[in-house]
Amino acid sequence: MAEIIVVTSGKGGVGKTTTSASIACGFARLGKRVAVVDFDIGLRNLDLIMGCERRVVYDFVNVINGDCGLKQALIKDKRFDNLSILAASQTRDKDALTVAGVERVLNDLKADFDIVLCDSPAGIEHGAHMAMYFADRAIVVVNPEVSSVRDSDRVLGLMASKSRRAELGQGKIAEHLLLTRYAPDRVERGEMLSVKDVEDILGLKVIGVIPESPDVLQASNQGTPVILDENSEAGMAYDDAVRRILGETRPYRFLEPKKKGFLQRIFGG
Amino acid sequence: MSLFDFFKARPKGTASLARERLTILVSQARSNRNAPDYLPVLRKELLEVIRKYVNVDSDAVTVKMQTDGNQDIFELSVTLPDKT
Repeated sequence: MAEIIVVTSGKGGVGKTTTSASIACGFARLGKRVAVVDFDIGLRNLDLIMGCERRVVYDFVNVINGDCGLKQALIKDKRFDNLSILAASQTRDKDALTVAGVERVLNDLKADFDIVLCDSPAGIEHGAHMAMYFADRAIVVVNPEVSSVRDSDRVLGLMASKSRRAELGQGKIAEHLLLTRYAPDRVERGEMLSVKDVEDILGLKVIGVIPESPDVLQASNQGTPVILDENSEAGMAYDDAVRRILGETRPYRFLEPKKKGFLQRIFGG
Repeated sequence: MSLFDFFKARPKGTASLARERLTILVSQARSNRNAPDYLPVLRKELLEVIRKYVNVDSDAVTVKMQTDGNQDIFELSVTLPDKT
């Protein structure tokens, strides 16, 4: 049975699209058939992070409106042929995402894929609501920072009451926290909320902790999701998270500050 | 920390303050989460009635809805001003 997973956060700029792109590739690399859908109507970006922006012909709204078939709109990833992307529309009104339309497209995708990943827009408006509404599982991306933590609590509350599952009494959406932009050295100095702080405040365990890393920008510059960078700690942390979502037990890495060399201790850096 | 940092005035860790503020905020948000939509209006009207008789602050009235097993408990508390 295919599973719908939403990547959401409430707050913008915390790494939803980076996360969606990376975990989509991660699932695909492990052999899952994956469709990743950009719900950010008007501000499409997933195609850019995935590196397929020049191959977008039709988009999500075109499919909903019947301008084209779903298969015509799906863009096959160049790296994994079991991974497809459905881009967001760049121009149209976000109200084009109707409940019935979104449901039809997601059901069609569920027939052909193992995992349908929904990349939510920021905020708690219509687009974000539609991205989470049909989800079986949610990955709430959070930064160790006050506004992000508060917003993610708000999103968790909305998911508990305003999802299809909640409305039909089918039980809760499975919720996971994914902590991004984590800086262990700053946590050690007491400048940044720790993994435990965030878990305690929100009453939820993290499924992954992605260290703050310059590799994320390098990856988006190239349109190659950071999980595919085998030398990147952020990439490795994403791979751990993907495996945990699939039920593997993995130790948490990159949570401790790096040991500094003698010269670094003296001169800083 | 480098040798140079040693001489700089270091800011105190602020993460504990963030944790404290968020804990309060999130617990408040969660206690109101399952409350019915009319609660804020009810609170406002109760405040207006009370103010006809006693001069209280605008935050003197708190209303809470809690679920305890099969029962919904409605809790109303009014903080009266000191008699000075």
